[in-house]
Amino acid sequence: MYTQSFSVADAPGQKPAAPTLSTENPEEMARFDARIDADGRIEPQDWMPEAYRKTLVRQISQHAHSEIVGMLPEGNWISRAPSLKRKAILIAKVQDEGGHGLYLYSAAETLGTSRDQLLEGLHSGRAKYSSIFNYPTLTWADVGVIGWLVDGAAIMNQIPLCRCSYGPYARAMVRVCKEESFHQRQGYEALLVMMTGTEAQKAMVQDAVNRWWWKCLAMFGPPDADSPNSAQGMRWGIKRISNDDLRQKFVDATVPQAKVLGITLPDPDLKWNEARQHYDYGQIDWAEFWNTVEGNGPCNKERLSTRVKAHTDGQWVRDAALAYTRKQQERAMKEAA
Amino acid sequence: MSTPIDYLLHLADNAVVLGQRNAEWCGHGPILEEDLALANVSLDLIGQARLLYQRVAELKGGDASEDQLAYFRDAHEFRNYTLLELPHHGPLVGYAAADRDYATTIVRNFLYSALMVLVWDGLQNSADAGLAAIAAKSVKETSYHLHHARDWLVRMGDGTDESHARVQAAVDHLMPYTEEFWTTSPAEGAAVAAHVAVDVWALRPAWDAMVNDALAEATLSRPNFHGYVTEGKVGLHSEHLGFLLAEMQSLARAHPDGRW
Repeated sequence: MYTQSFSVADAPGQKPAAPTLSTENPEEMARFDARIDADGRIEPQDWMPEAYRKTLVRQISQHAHSEIVGMLPEGNWISRAPSLKRKAILIAKVQDEGGHGLYLYSAAETLGTSRDQLLEGLHSGRAKYSSIFNYPTLTWADVGVIGWLVDGAAIMNQIPLCRCSYGPYARAMVRVCKEESFHQRQGYEALLVMMTGTEAQKAMVQDAVNRWWWKCLAMFGPPDADSPNSAQGMRWGIKRISNDDLRQKFVDATVPQAKVLGITLPDPDLKWNEARQHYDYGQIDWAEFWNTVEGNGPCNKERLSTRVKAHTDGQWVRDAALAYTRKQQERAMKEAA
Repeated sequence: MSTPIDYLLHLADNAVVLGQRNAEWCGHGPILEEDLALANVSLDLIGQARLLYQRVAELKGGDASEDQLAYFRDAHEFRNYTLLELPHHGPLVGYAAADRDYATTIVRNFLYSALMVLVWDGLQNSADAGLAAIAAKSVKETSYHLHHARDWLVRMGDGTDESHARVQAAVDHLMPYTEEFWTTSPAEGAAVAAHVAVDVWALRPAWDAMVNDALAEATLSRPNFHGYVTEGKVGLHSEHLGFLLAEMQSLARAHPDGRW
């Protein structure tokens, strides 16, 4: 994820929001605002308003949790990958997602929140992760479609984050985006090959596209009019392009790819609008989206309890590593004495 | 030329089966860093299996391919050590689903990679040039796997009382399966005679030294063993391999004409 309602680069015609009012420290605040206005970077040692810090911790940790939970739906197919080449590609991909989680937890730690604290938020259900991972992967074609569409949508969201005002997050996103774009091409290539196969394989691809298309459009977050965090995020240079603009960009980029692939996108209202120079598309089912975000989707409970179980079952392993390190330190101190 | 083929299949099946097992941790590891490490080990093993199957396909000719070898042979045709097909949990659970035990995973990876650093090292001089090249790549990967597993073996053994008990139980459970390393199958015997394979028996003192040294550092004891020696490498497997393959091969077999 794949942040679902945050992003980047200044959309044309957007006016900056009024400077943030703060009683924290007017001088520091002025310096902070000036740097943001100059499109400069905020670094961990710099002063920053508490609300900025909190917003970033929330966003980066949601993003990190999404990477980790996102390992599960695709990981579901590692054991059954239909060729050794595809198995290796999928393991490497899921491993990359774990790596993204690691950089992002580290980026959040630079804001003074530990990985343990962040995980506690996830495991208790307080912290969110991208809702896209609360849907099941029912066939092998889902693996390709997730690469093509879910990672494709994630890239749209994330490219602007490479210019995020917070330095460690922006730098982590540069690497994440490179890997995501590789995943997207891999997913698309896997589908192209399947579409040269049997009728059953082609039907599998179409079915997966039908199930994921609308979920991917919803990944960009609620319409701009209903996106409460967006204005402040824009002001702080954390978000740079609005949800609806990103969604439109994604639709426009994807329609020609679907044609090349030879599948139909499941939207009867999808058509080119000559006047707007964009594709029009139908209504997203926001009630279903919010219901899933709120914990009532098909896999929410399963995903979370899987993460909790891995963490709980692994406690003795982490304890062993700590105990061993402590013993080694004690031995070293005794030897030195 | 059937002898090198059987020996190559033994090496390839070892790699694919353990690669499949290690990948089961992906997304479920005890800590994120270990998810990444186990995925790496798995990727290396799948990569080794692919090269070895490709070499077999080359020798066999016809329509043989890496995927036909991995996905369209049945359990009795697999030539891997029984050790490698066991689930990640302790003894006596039969084929029922049970919680994975990281100690079992680590001990198995340790025992196998301690053998394979020696085997791959020797195979760099194999009379089969293709195998020698695969060995040169694999020995580097396997020394990393050994390093990783040995570090954790020591941490667990010399960690907490619980970790010590768990890892000792895993050693007691798995060590008997390593007896299979030291028997000579017809395929191994013939491949040694043809200078394609290394004589594993000759590697035993070095393996024993590595294992004993690590167990001592981990404050663990090595169990004595007198009993049934497993025979996976001649195609007589445990009950577990059938389930592993049923899962691994299901999609490929459901679409035998599929293109992936």
